[in-house]
Amino acid sequence: MTTVEYLSLSKPQRILVRIGSFFKNIPIAIWNFLKKIPVWVWTLIKKFVITPFVDVKNALLFGDWKVRLSFIICGFGQMTRHQVAKGILLFLYEAFFIAFMILVGAPNLSLLGSLGYTGLVSIGTSENYVGDNSLTIMLYSIITIILIIVMFAFWLSSIRAAKKLQDLERVGQYDSFKNFVRSLTGENYHIFLLSIPTLGLMVFTIIPIILMILIGFTNYNSFHEVPSNVFEWVGFYNYSNIFTNNDASSSLFLQTFLQVLLWTLIWAFFATFSNYFLGMIVALIINQKAIKFKKLWRTILVTTIAVPQFVSLLLISRMFNQDMGFVNSFLIELGWIKEGIRWLNDSQYVSLLPKVMIIIINTWVGIPYTMLLCTGILMNIPDDLYESAKIDGASPFKMYMKITLPYMLFVTGPYLISQFVGNINNFNVIYLLSQGNPLFTYGDQAAPSTLQGVGQTDLLITWIYKISVTNNPKEFGVASVLGVMIFVIVAFFSLITYSRSNAVKNEGDFN
Amino acid sequence: MAKMVSQQKYRSQKAVKITKQVLTYIFLTIISIIWIIPFIYLLSQSFISMEGRAAGIDPYSFGQFFPTFGPTGNFTFNNYVTLFNDPAYPFITWWVNTLIIAIVSSILQTILTLLTSYTLSRLRFKGRQGIMKLILVLGMFPGFLGMIINYYILDLLGLTSSIFSLILLYISGSMMNYYISKGFFDTISKSLDEAVLIDGGTNNTVFWRIIMPLSKPIIVYTILISFTGPWGDYMMAAYLAHGNQEMFNVAVGLQQMLEKGAGTYFTTFCAGAVFVSIPIMILFFILQRYYVEGIAGGAVKG
Repeated sequence: MTTVEYLSLSKPQRILVRIGSFFKNIPIAIWNFLKKIPVWVWTLIKKFVITPFVDVKNALLFGDWKVRLSFIICGFGQMTRHQVAKGILLFLYEAFFIAFMILVGAPNLSLLGSLGYTGLVSIGTSENYVGDNSLTIMLYSIITIILIIVMFAFWLSSIRAAKKLQDLERVGQYDSFKNFVRSLTGENYHIFLLSIPTLGLMVFTIIPIILMILIGFTNYNSFHEVPSNVFEWVGFYNYSNIFTNNDASSSLFLQTFLQVLLWTLIWAFFATFSNYFLGMIVALIINQKAIKFKKLWRTILVTTIAVPQFVSLLLISRMFNQDMGFVNSFLIELGWIKEGIRWLNDSQYVSLLPKVMIIIINTWVGIPYTMLLCTGILMNIPDDLYESAKIDGASPFKMYMKITLPYMLFVTGPYLISQFVGNINNFNVIYLLSQGNPLFTYGDQAAPSTLQGVGQTDLLITWIYKISVTNNPKEFGVASVLGVMIFVIVAFFSLITYSRSNAVKNEGDFN
Repeated sequence: MAKMVSQQKYRSQKAVKITKQVLTYIFLTIISIIWIIPFIYLLSQSFISMEGRAAGIDPYSFGQFFPTFGPTGNFTFNNYVTLFNDPAYPFITWWVNTLIIAIVSSILQTILTLLTSYTLSRLRFKGRQGIMKLILVLGMFPGFLGMIINYYILDLLGLTSSIFSLILLYISGSMMNYYISKGFFDTISKSLDEAVLIDGGTNNTVFWRIIMPLSKPIIVYTILISFTGPWGDYMMAAYLAHGNQEMFNVAVGLQQMLEKGAGTYFTTFCAGAVFVSIPIMILFFILQRYYVEGIAGGAVKG
């Protein structure tokens, strides 16, 4: 389709064409993505294998004895060439690394294949379980692997730097450690600023995620827990067991999984956009010049933030309770209804009522936050944009579409994605309002233990919670697989929207 | 004639304007009522005596909205008295715990979040895009599976029996919240930075003298979010406490009150919830000052 043809279409048709082309482009985009992979792999190999190898070879062939000694004693080249502090730090890390490897790293890493053994040992009269803890073994192994990578990087950079210092010395110059420290407030400011947050991210986010993914490949559950048992690697057993259709229980699982998945996506979509747009509209209304008592309106909305979410959600869920809720007794008193409406546990029409109620209640929770955020950003829109638009005779709606919305999307685009992701993982609202009820019913079919307590309004995340925290037996392996599923879905949607919001970014340059 | 027509037109325009305003006010009043109802409900329940209810069939009879006054009424202050004196539920300990956790992690989290946002928005360095993508990807994993493992890690560090561990967990994720403030910083003109840098300032000066004063609304937002998060957090706190009452925050404590108290503690729970809401309200009133219009004065436009 040429541009002229496109422009000759009416507005709805254009939108249809764009939607169509979006889906038509998905395979092409995937193909383009696949085409890029070999290039990436090659650049990675070049960067992390070939270049280091060449550097090390050069250092070995052309370095003097100080550089060559750096191969064994990390930082020796620095210590002897005006960078005593840096050299000592590198050496200290090496010493720590060797000690760690001997004491913790090597024993744990050697058990990673089997994940340890345990058995009953009688000490005196009592019998006790003595043996390994598989989870600890995995955790220490991951830490050890990370430390090995860090050690290798340090070793490499130390050798490279030593060679460079030798070359500098040859022309009568040197580079001091002080220069590096000083650069931390200049060109290397980002290292200084990001090092602490990154460390926190590493320890409490990245390592747990790696461990979580690995658990998906083990049979970790209530029957394989410390101290009486260890768990083992089972390969892709959990994955294949869940997503094959070969017996009644796994087909039930698959069926339930698809239903929960569908509701999770519907929920995330409506929850995100209803909050975003309604919140923005409220902020815009309050922000109007003619409106008085701005502070009052904002304060009223924000008092709901002041009440902790779990309290207000619990209260609301009690208010909408079928038998004794305030809403139902009020409606009965008015004579509008005869018996209580099952607001949050009606199972008719695939539980439509509870689902709608949850989304509505969620806007109650979310609008104040969006309003608060939008007010801050709306104030930042340059007034002259509106003034010139007004002079040109633009209607308020047009101004909203052409100025406010693009500006908001420019600032909050990534936030919107993170909200969508947050809603897919929104545990609080679902768990406190409906706890996933009404439950799925399977008739007289035998449901596997992982389907215990799963309901129509359950999201994947609350399901995982049930599997791994409240249920008995707990199935950590299955929970991990579901977690990875969430990741795959979220990654798919985020990548699509992320590339779109980047496009918005380039169009609307507000500087 | 022409004058009259224009006058009429002016009048009708004015009428439209006034109706519009009146409708807006009505709309705002309605949504205010909707938003305030649960809070009023909470407040009024906290003044209702539980004794009268327990005598009835169902202690959870929520049908009654307001307490009744007078000699036969069930209005009482007893819930607040119980709240502070019940040895089974050390509310004051929980409240102080939560306050410490929330204040410390709010301060640290705000600083770290803003610094991260500033770095990602203003500094250009190798791996910037990589870090942003990494954070995006990390955010896609459901958080609380990691929580089970985090308990394990904290256990290895020997921290599980102190509230310090909660603070550590809350601030460790602060890098992940860079989105909003980074987006905001992006809209502040870079010509301002350049001017400072040319005049001999450093990146530090840019951050403290340019970005911070111009970003008050977003700082306020970050503080509020990072305070209310730990203040009302239930899941992580409950998991880390592992039933140890000394380590509870108010959310976990109140939840226990509701569950173990089997209904008889409901109004005390409401009283506790009112008390929990107060610090955030105070915080908001203090911070609202910075939300005034006109922050986005000339400088931001660039």
